[in-house]
Amino acid sequence: MAELDQKIQEARAQLDAHALEIVKWHFSPETGCPFWLDWVSKTDWNPVQEITCFNDIIEKFPHFEDEWLRDLQPEVWVPNEFKGQPFNIFETGGTTGMPKQRIGWNDYKVDYSEFSDSLNDEEFPRNHYWLMVGPTGPRRLRLSIEHLANVRGCSCYFVDLDPRWVKRLIGEKQFDQAKAYMEHVVDQATTIMKHREVSALFTTPKLLESIAERLENEGSSLYEAGIRGVFCGGTTMDPQYTRFLVEELLENKIGFKPTYGNTLMGLAKHKPFTPEDKFSITYHAPQPRAVLRVVNPDTDDLVEYEEWGRVELTTLTREFFMPRFLERDEAIRRPPIELYPWDGVAEVRPFGAMQKKIVEGVY
Amino acid sequence: MINIPVLRWGEPYESLDTDEVIHHRTGEVLAKVGQANPGLLARDMRKAKLAREALREIPIKDLVEMMKKAGDLYLNATLPLGDGEQSPNDFARQQSASTGLPEHMCKFNMEKNHFVLNNMDQILDALTRGLDIDILQRGFGVEERGVPVSYQAQSPVLGMVLPSNSPGVHTLWMPVIPMQIGLVLKPGPQEPWTPYRMFAAFTEAGVPRQCMSIYPGGGDMGAETVARCGRVMIFGSTQTVKQYSGNEQVQVHGPGYSKILLGDDVVDQWEDHLDLMADSIYKNSGRGCINCSGVWASRHTEEIAEALAERVGRYEVKDPTDPEAGLAAFTVPGQAEAVWGMIEEGCEENGTTHVTEKHGPRLEQMERCDYIRPTILHCDSPDLKMANTEYMFPFTSVVKCPQEKMIEKIGGTLVASAITNDEAWAAQLTDATNIDRLNIGPLPTIALNWLQPHEGSIVDFLFRTRAYQTPDERLKARCGK
Repeated sequence: MAELDQKIQEARAQLDAHALEIVKWHFSPETGCPFWLDWVSKTDWNPVQEITCFNDIIEKFPHFEDEWLRDLQPEVWVPNEFKGQPFNIFETGGTTGMPKQRIGWNDYKVDYSEFSDSLNDEEFPRNHYWLMVGPTGPRRLRLSIEHLANVRGCSCYFVDLDPRWVKRLIGEKQFDQAKAYMEHVVDQATTIMKHREVSALFTTPKLLESIAERLENEGSSLYEAGIRGVFCGGTTMDPQYTRFLVEELLENKIGFKPTYGNTLMGLAKHKPFTPEDKFSITYHAPQPRAVLRVVNPDTDDLVEYEEWGRVELTTLTREFFMPRFLERDEAIRRPPIELYPWDGVAEVRPFGAMQKKIVEGVY
Repeated sequence: MINIPVLRWGEPYESLDTDEVIHHRTGEVLAKVGQANPGLLARDMRKAKLAREALREIPIKDLVEMMKKAGDLYLNATLPLGDGEQSPNDFARQQSASTGLPEHMCKFNMEKNHFVLNNMDQILDALTRGLDIDILQRGFGVEERGVPVSYQAQSPVLGMVLPSNSPGVHTLWMPVIPMQIGLVLKPGPQEPWTPYRMFAAFTEAGVPRQCMSIYPGGGDMGAETVARCGRVMIFGSTQTVKQYSGNEQVQVHGPGYSKILLGDDVVDQWEDHLDLMADSIYKNSGRGCINCSGVWASRHTEEIAEALAERVGRYEVKDPTDPEAGLAAFTVPGQAEAVWGMIEEGCEENGTTHVTEKHGPRLEQMERCDYIRPTILHCDSPDLKMANTEYMFPFTSVVKCPQEKMIEKIGGTLVASAITNDEAWAAQLTDATNIDRLNIGPLPTIALNWLQPHEGSIVDFLFRTRAYQTPDERLKARCGK
C-alpha cells in the first residue's frame, strides 16, 4: 500500500509539473495558439502566473466548449511552434451535422507507441498482420491503429464502417438497411480473414459478435481463423457483455484488450482483469497527456470511488490544450492501481443511458 | 430473496447482470433474475435442433403423461427455483406480489394451467383434429380415411416473448413440448415465476432439460427471440400486431377488444343478461384479452350502462391477499395515471359519458402502485373514440349502434358473444373475418373451451401439412396401415 501511495504521489507530481509546462506553452505568445491567446486577452487573469498545479486548471478554467471545435477554423488551434507545418485534421465519432475537429501532428503516434508497451507478443505477435474493422475515414483511429501495428513491425488491413450512416439508418428505423450494411462490413472482414493471415483484430463489440458468428456458422471460429488478440472499443461493454465476449467469442484463448479512446483524448489503457473485477472494465487515461475525472453533473465535484458520474476530460499536450471537457459518457470512478497510479473510469456508457435509449448502432 | 439464473438449454447460467423483481406494495425484493444478452441466445440457437432431437427420443404419448405429472407437480409440489425452492403458496404469493394480480386469481390461474396440462391428450386431439399422434411424431402416416398425410415441423423450437401483466397466457405454450418442439422463453420482467416453475415441473416429470431455454432480459432480448426463432409467439399492442402482420414466423397476440353484441331480437330483455355482462367485464380482474371491453346494442344502451355501473362501479380496491379482491394493481409507475388521462380525454368528446362517475373516483394512487376501479362509459355512436378501446382493468364502453352496422363497426374482435336468436344475423357473424372466437347465445366472453383453438391453431402454426407420396409397401411397413 505504501508503495502504491508513493507511486500515486509521484504520478501526481509529474502531472502537476506537466500541467504547468503545458499551460505555459499554450498561453505564451512565442509558443501558444491563436485561440488561447485570444481567449486570455479577454479574461482578467493570467494562467501562466496563476496555474501552479493540475488542480488549478480544474478550479480556474471553465468547461471547454465543443462548439469551439465545430465553429472555428482549424488554424486557430495551431501553436506558434507548429506554424507552417501541415497538420492532420481528425473528426470525432458518429454524430451528424458539422463534426468536431481536432488538428494534430504527432500526438497520436506518441499515444499509440506507448500503448504498444501494454501488449504482449503472444496475443499481438510482432512482424505479422492486423485487421481493423471500424470507423476509418476522417478519424484519428485509422492512422493510430496503423501506427500501432507498424510500431510492432506489423502491417494492417482495413475495412471501413461509417458510424454516421449507421446512426442515421437506426434513427430513421431503417433496421433492414442497417443490418444489410453490417452484413456488408462483415463480408469484407471475413473475406480478408479467409484469404490473408491476420493475428490481431481491432473492431467494435457488435462487429466482433457478427464476425465471430459468421465464422462459426461456416464451421470456423475467431481462433481458428488465426486471431490471437482483439482490441475492442467504441460502445458500451458492461460486465456481462464483456464476459460474453471473453468466454464465448474469444473462448478464453484470445487476448482481449478493451479500449476507450477518442480524437480528443487519445487512448486509455484498461486495468488487466483479475477475478475480483468480475469483468468490470476500468480504463486509465494516458496521464499526464490526458486526465479523466468522474464528476457529479450537477456540482462538477469528483464523485466518490465506485459511484457513477459524468466523464470529464482534460487534454494536456503541446499540440492541444483542452481543459475540463464534459464527455457524452458516464462512468464509475475507480481508484489508482500500481500499473496506473491515478484514477480510472469504469463501465463507461453514454451519459444518461439509464434515463433514455441511446442510439449506438454497430459503432 | 431468490437468485434466478438464465437457463441455456436447461443449464443454469449465472449472469453478471441482474434485475430485481419487486413487491408492488412493500417494495421487498422478491428475486434477483439474471439477465441474458442477445448474443447468448444467438449462439445457443445453433443447438436448437438438439432440443427437438431430445424430445423426439420420447414418444408423444409418454410426453403427454409427463405433462399430466408436471401439472400435478406444478399445482401441488415444492419445486426448486434458482438457489431456493418454491411451494405452491409461495408461487401464488410471489406472482401476486410482482404482477399486482390478487392472490386468489393467481391460484385460479394455477388451476387453469393444471387443467390444461392434465387434459393434454384431449387438447392435443382437439388441436390436431383427431390426428393419430404417431403421424405427428413420425412426420407422415395415413389418416383414418386412408389418405397419406405429412406434418412437417417448421422450427425445432417455439420462441415466446411473454408479457408481465397476464399470467393467463401461459396455457398457450403448454401443448408445445408434447408436440416434440423445444421452447425458448423470454419472460416478462415481472412474471418470471410461471416459466421457471413450469421448467422445474417438466424436468421433475421427466422432460429432458435441454429442450427449454429461458432468457430473461429487456426489449433487446425480445427482439432477438423474434429474430432467431423460426416460429415465435409474442404479446403486444395493436402497433406490435401491425408490425408483424403478414410475417408467417410470428404469431402476435394483441389486445382482444372482446365484445358482447345484443341482437335486436333480445335487446328488450337486456336485464336477463346483466350478470353475464358484468362477469365478462369484471372477472379475473378484467385484465385478460377475453374480458369484455364493449357492450353493443341498438337501443337501451343508457339503461344498460347505468345498470352495469351500478353493478361493477362500486367495487373497491382490496389487499391482494384478500379473497374478495377483484382488482389488479398497475405496477408500472405512471401507467395508471396515463391510462386514466386517456379515458378522461376521451370522455370530453360529445356523446361519450362516464357513467361510473357517481360511484366515486376511479384512479387510486398508492406509494408503489396504482389502481383504477371498474369504469363504464356510454357512447351514443360507434364512431366515437372511446367506442372501441381496451384497457387492462375492468373497463367497458356501452355503445349504441344499429345491428346492421355492428359487424362492420366493431373492428377486430378476439371474442364476440352475440346474444341473439336471429339465424340470419348469426350466419353473417359466422362469416365475419374480423371476429376470432365467436359465441352465439348467452355465453360470457371469458368462457373458454380449451379444446378449441385460440387465435389460430398452434398446430397449424408449428407444422405444415403437405403432400407425401411413397410406395404402399413402405407406408405399410412404416405405419402399419
